[in-house]
Amino acid sequence: MQVSDFEVEQIIGKLLRAGVLLAAFVVLVGGVLFLAKNAHERHNYRQFHGVSASLKSIPGVVSGAAHLDPESVIQLGLLLLIATPVARVAFSIGAFALEKDYLYVVLTMVVLGVLLFSLMQSA
Amino acid sequence: MQVWTFTAVLWLGSFAAGLLGALTGLGGGVVIVPLLALFLHVDIRYAIGASLVSVIATSSGAAAAYVREGYSNIRIGMFLEIATTFGALAGAYLASKVSTSWIGVIFGAVLLYSAYLSSRKQKEGAPDASPDKMASALKLHGSFPGENGPEAYKVQHVPAGFGLMFAAGTLSGLLGIGSGAVKVLAMDQAMKIPFKVSTTTSNFMIGVTAAASAGVYLSRGYINPVLAMPVMLGVLAGSIFGAKVLVKARVPVLRWIFAGVIVVLGCEMIFNGLTGRL
Repeated sequence: MQVSDFEVEQIIGKLLRAGVLLAAFVVLVGGVLFLAKNAHERHNYRQFHGVSASLKSIPGVVSGAAHLDPESVIQLGLLLLIATPVARVAFSIGAFALEKDYLYVVLTMVVLGVLLFSLMQSA
Repeated sequence: MQVWTFTAVLWLGSFAAGLLGALTGLGGGVVIVPLLALFLHVDIRYAIGASLVSVIATSSGAAAAYVREGYSNIRIGMFLEIATTFGALAGAYLASKVSTSWIGVIFGAVLLYSAYLSSRKQKEGAPDASPDKMASALKLHGSFPGENGPEAYKVQHVPAGFGLMFAAGTLSGLLGIGSGAVKVLAMDQAMKIPFKVSTTTSNFMIGVTAAASAGVYLSRGYINPVLAMPVMLGVLAGSIFGAKVLVKARVPVLRWIFAGVIVVLGCEMIFNGLTGRL
């Protein structure tokens, strides 16, 4: 039991790292694109007015990134980052199922449900 | 400030925050919000959004390193994530109801509390205590690599730990931080889990907790890509670098310095919150 737990944790660790590195790469690409265009602008973040509507929703971000809009590319990277722990939780369900630990399959599904509910807010 | 200088300053500050956060175990997120809100005059809601994103990056980036060491306990983490994710959702909803002044004051209080926790001696719980029935049913007991082979531990007081974890999640969602300090308090103090297991499992959980409020933050426009970009990249680079050094280095001096910085920032946040400058 302990050995297989450890193996599961190893794989999860690698999954997390891969997700974060991919997200960081996309954010970096978006950042370079953004700075190439806007480096000498001045922005004011003292007042809060949210961000433009297309950056608030997942479909908006994806379609903006497809057109290489720099801010959308960064936001897509951030979405990938947010998706990483979600993928980790989803993966854990499978891992617990393989170990036939059905109690933890159920507990993990609850966690996944909360995460998906939150993401649905910007769907 | 022009965008490129602003980005560079933000990256450097975030790198330092990520590095210190990993080295001291206090997390980088706690200083990102004051850095943005107090020194760069960014609205606290944007600051919270950028911080939350960086928290996911730190947690997930460093978790890979910690997991390899074999300290974190995946069942403890997963079970308690039920509490932290529900808490995080509640916190994220609260964030839009509570005024920015109050967020500043609460933030300051959490900073002071984190500093207090880090200044205390870390005592290991009594290892021969009788095991908790609930913890046994949930298979929370485990072992970690000690100096003389694997050391087993028993988990205690599950409901108290679960309740504290809900509070930790709420603070995380309200303030855009990992609330590692409260998570460690729940595991280390309430549940009597060995300190090293508590800190690494807490780190493991922080990313999932933060992801639970991230969806709500995104839909509200708290996550500004231009601000989040240097913060996420800086904190990530700093924390990966810090986690590499962590296994070798014991750094009590750094811990004290960082705790001092946190106290000052905490007082500033409370002052600025009370005087309505946030």
